[in-house]
Parts: sequence; C-alpha cells; structure tokens
Amino acid sequence: MLRVEDLQTTPVEFSAELIAKFDDVVSRYPEGKQKSALLPILHFVQAEFGWVSPDAMEKVADYLSIQHVEVFEVATFYTMYLLKPQGKYFLEVCRTGPCCLVGAEKIMDYIEQKLGVKEGEVTPDGLFSWRGVECLAACGFGPVLQISPEYTFYENLTPEKVDKLVADLTAQSKN
Amino acid sequence: MGRKLLLEHINVPGINTFDVYRSKGGYAAVEKALKTLTPDEVVEEVKKSGLRGRGGAGFPTGMKWSFLAKPEGVARYLVCNADESEPGTFKDRYLMTYIPHLLIEGMIVASFALGAKTSYIYVRGEMMPQIRILERAIAEAKAKGFLGKNILGTGYDLELYVQPGGGAYICGEETALLESLEGKRGNPRIKPPFPAIAGLYGCPTVVNNVESIAAVVPIINEGGEEYAKIGIGRSTGTKLISAGGNVAKPGVYEIDLGLPAEEFLYSPEYCGGIANGKRLKAVVAGGSSVPILPANLFLKTINNEARLMSYESLSDGGFTSGSMMGSGGFIAFDEDQCIVRNTWNFARFYHHESCGQCSPCREGTGWMEKVLHRLEYGHGKMSDMDLLVDVSKKIEGNTICPLGDAAAWPVASAIRHFRDEFEWHVTNGAEATTRNYGLAHYADPLPTPEPVAG
Ligand SMILES: Cc1cc2nc3c(=O)[nH]c(=O)nc-3n(C[C@H](O)[C@H](O)[C@H](O)COP(=O)(O)O)c2cc1C
Ligand code: SF4
Ligand code: FES
Repeated sequence: MLRVEDLQTTPVEFSAELIAKFDDVVSRYPEGKQKSALLPILHFVQAEFGWVSPDAMEKVADYLSIQHVEVFEVATFYTMYLLKPQGKYFLEVCRTGPCCLVGAEKIMDYIEQKLGVKEGEVTPDGLFSWRGVECLAACGFGPVLQISPEYTFYENLTPEKVDKLVADLTAQSKN
Repeated sequence: MGRKLLLEHINVPGINTFDVYRSKGGYAAVEKALKTLTPDEVVEEVKKSGLRGRGGAGFPTGMKWSFLAKPEGVARYLVCNADESEPGTFKDRYLMTYIPHLLIEGMIVASFALGAKTSYIYVRGEMMPQIRILERAIAEAKAKGFLGKNILGTGYDLELYVQPGGGAYICGEETALLESLEGKRGNPRIKPPFPAIAGLYGCPTVVNNVESIAAVVPIINEGGEEYAKIGIGRSTGTKLISAGGNVAKPGVYEIDLGLPAEEFLYSPEYCGGIANGKRLKAVVAGGSSVPILPANLFLKTINNEARLMSYESLSDGGFTSGSMMGSGGFIAFDEDQCIVRNTWNFARFYHHESCGQCSPCREGTGWMEKVLHRLEYGHGKMSDMDLLVDVSKKIEGNTICPLGDAAAWPVASAIRHFRDEFEWHVTNGAEATTRNYGLAHYADPLPTPEPVAG
C-alpha cells in the first residue's frame, strides 16, 4: 500500500501558462465552487510534470484555497493520477474480461517480455513503463492499450503491432 | 432492416464537423424546440416517446425530467453521464468519437426542457481524445450561435462544459459522479434525497446517459409518438448495442428494440455469429453487471419462446433463467472460454472498483475474488460454490449503491447456471489449469415446458 508520506517529493513550479489553464477551468463553475476544478487541474499537472507529486498536490490545494488533504484524498482515489514518475511512454493495457476473451493476457505477457520490466517498473532508459487497467470502453476492438500523456489509443493488438509501437516510440524519443 | 435514428449518418465523411452535421439536418431539433415548443412541451414529447434511460437502469427519461424540482431562484443542472466504464459497453465512446454534435444537440434541447443554464458532460478521464473532440464541437456550435447567450435569438442562454473524470468505475453511479464533479472522491451518496431534489451543489439535477440524451434529438424531430411506434411494448425506440467478446463482427449496432436475440447474434447484418466458426457457450447481454446466461437460455426463454432484445424479454424468467438489458454491453463467449476464469476476472474488477464505504461491498468483493482465484487455479473446495453464493447474498441489497449488487449478480448467476463447470475445477484441479471444460450441455435445446392444465 502506497502512503502519501512514503512518496518521494519533487518541488514544482507552476508556470504562468499553467496557471492560466487553471483559471480557465475555474471559470466553468459557480462562484465559490472552484473545488470542482480539482480533477481537471490534476490532469494538467500530470501532463506537465509526468506525475502528481505531493508538493504539486499542496500547491494545487493552495491555488484552490482548500485543505491539502482534500487534494491528497482525490489524487489517491482516482487511478489515473500517478503517484510516482513513470516512463516517458506509459502503456496502459486493458485487463478486463471482454478483452481477455480475445487475448489481452497474452498481450500483457508479451509487453512484459518485450520491455523486460514488470508491471509498474520503468525501463533503464526511462522510456517505457506499463500496467494493466480496467475496461477502456473499447471492448469490441480488444486487446487495447492507451499511452499517456496524450492517451493515444491502439486497438486489435498483436505482438507485431506491439513491436512496431515500441520501435516507433523509441525512434520518436530521439527526435 | 431497422431504422437508424442515431447512427444513420455515422459514416458520412466529416460528420464530426458542424457544417457537415448541419447539412444532414443536424440542429433541427434545437431550432424546433427553442423556437416552436415550450420546455414543458419538450418534456411531454419525451414522455410520449417512452424512452427509457440507456445508462443501465432503464428508468423512463420523461418521468425523470418531470420529477425535477423547480424552486424559484435556484439553479438547475443537467449532467450527462459519459463515464462509460461498464465492462462490455463501448457505445458512448463510439458515438462521441464519430458524431459528437448529436450529443451536443441533445444536450441543448434537454437543457432547454429542464431550464438549465449551465450543463456539464462528465467524461471518464481516460477518454482524453473524446474530450478534445467534444470541446472542439462545443466551440463550433457556440461560434454558430447554438450555445452561449441568446441562442438563435430566442433569449435562451446555455453554457456547456466537458468535465474529465479521474479513472474510477464508481463515478458512473450518478451520485458518485456528482461528488466527483464537485472535486471529491467518488463516494456514492445515500439516497434520498435524489438528485432531482438535491444534486450538483445541492441544486436540482438530472443525470442522463449519453445515448439517452442523443435519443432526444430524433424524438423532437419526429415526435414522441412516432418514436414510440418503433420497438415492442414498453421497450420503445432503437438501442445501441456494443457487441464484443467472441462475435464474428464486433462493433456498435443500432437495433430496433424487440429484435430476436438469435437474429442479432447470427445475422450477417449484426454480429455475424461466433468468430472462427465456433459455437456459442454463454452470453452476458447487458454489461458485466447483469447475470450471465448459457447459450440455450440466452436464445430461448424458459418457456421455449424466442428471446428478444428488449427490456422485458431479456429479463424474462427473473434471476432464475433471465438476465437484463443493462447498458447494452453484449459479450459472447465461445465454446473454448472458461466461465470460472471470467467470473474471477469480473470479481477482481468489482473488488478493485469498490469505493469502500460499505463493508458488505468492500469486504465481500474481496472474498469473492479470493475464492474464485483459488477455484480457477485448482485449489478450490466443493464448499466454495455455496460460500460464494452466501457472500453474494450478504452483499445484495445491503449497500449504499448498486455496485454491490452488480458485483454479486455475475457470481451468483455463473454458479447457478454453470455449477458443474465450477465443480469440475475442484475435482479436476490440475487438469483445469491446462484445458477448459468446453461447451458441455450449455447449448442443448431446452425441454419443452409441460402444458398448463386448463
Ligand atoms: C456502479 C455503477 C456504474 C454506472 N456506470 C454508468 C455509466 O458508466 N454510464 C451511465 O450512463 N450510467 C451508469 N450508471 C447508471 C447511473 O447511475 C444512472 O442511472 C444513469 O446515468 C442515468 O441515466 P439514464 O437514465 O439516461 O440511463 C452506473 C450505475 C452504477 C451503480
Ligand atoms: S456498494 Fe460498494 S461502491 Fe457502492 S457505495 Fe457501497 S462500498 Fe461504495
Ligand atoms: S474489456 Fe477491454 S476495453 Fe472493455
């Protein structure tokens, strides 16, 4: 079990552009309901820094004028918020029933073997990590995976498609 | 062949843009509603249509709208549930990806009917590409005067926003969704009060599924009575079914409610049968939460009548021999699939997704996962099946939200219909890890029922 006090922390600075995005989200809710912006803001933070560190959580709380714990409990409840850094490309493979009927478990085994790291671990070059996630609402096109931070989507996976994907992303990272 | 009310133009190039959508008659429902109908008249059309919520519970949409409290000077909200996370269901994602303006149009009409001035579409966070698509569509509609201040010069103002979730199945439950939209953990609320009285920010709120909102567009265009002519009995209109698992042609199909189940599964117009020429073993007809049925009971009711794709027919036989329409997440299992393994997978899913507020759900889902895991891996006991049924009964009906029931039903129904396959996993533990039980008797014709003496 991961606890907030066990997390490594990295001090972060929110740029003026990032704060402008926060402000825009806050404007969508009635006066005094700025806490509604919390989930969207945590997504912006994660897109910017690759994960959501405790320091970032505290700064978000201060920005929204809410208690730190109100951000901690949300960041730890929802599965998308990453509480530690991941690979530059984070592969999330659906592991739920319907995808397993069409080979998702084999694809996860293949990814583990291909990347040479277990679920949740990062490759030594820092490029890749992966995990199994629950149904991604694409069950007819399984096996499927998504890659954050953009959440680009890949369907009807085969080992060959995984090979190509890893090769393409590796090449892309060098540009 | 049935009529397509939602997906008719889905393959038109550029239908995701405002101009093409408009050229195909898009936004006519907004013009008609805002310029020629009162909000109450829109609600009346939806009532007449007989539309039932497409998110899973099947509650009549018009009735839900008419329950909305309207205290003076208090804001009212419409929130669209685009959290789509029920395993087997992928129709909302499809609709938002390819024809986003249909949802935007429905949101405008529905917001007008309910008197909402600000509405939200809560989209599960994983669907970032769909969130970008919707935001672009909203910006287009606003630039054309269909959103914002004084829409089409009618004096009606509406702002529409997309809200991302954070990754949690439970946020599909409507009160958990509202908590999440308020920036909190997705813990379902104790009801009453229902959202119609105290929803978002404590204000009267309607929560509707993506497909329910989209269906409002053809209902307004053609009239509620016309819509109600499609379908059968209290299952009116068309329904999107997302077909996956081992069907030959997976995808999203729009069917007239009442289509025979056998036709849906085997006709080349729909699923095209089972992939690779295999035989059907079992079906989960409405998303992972509904009871699983063996092939024979899916195709025929216990009275040996053809089963239809309608709310009533799918639940014919109750929990003894029927299932539910649910969200329309249709999952077919071929003869080589293992029911024990799938039941374990679903139990793992519900344990992972339980919000943890109620002990029967939090603890019970964990126990079910653990016991099913040992059965699947050949270490189970003969008493495990009764144990699982007992745990499922202790969860059912004893929790704050229906996730507990949703976790209990798949387990209870799998044991009810496939008990011999579970027993085989106990008696042949080692063998069960190397091969599957197979089709067995699950597709055998049902016995003809005894004629009732009259
Ligand atoms: C655990 C759980 C998950 C749910 N997930 C969804 C969902 O992803 N999408 C949805 O529309 N409804 C979902 N529902 C049903 C909603 O609570 C609600 O009934 C529905 O959004 C109402 O819309 P409708 O009347 O248009 O169907 C879920 C319910 C439960 C208990
Ligand atoms: S039934 Fe489960 S998911 Fe629903 S409120 Fe209780 S613990 Fe949470
Ligand atoms: S089960 Fe994998 S996308 Fe639904």
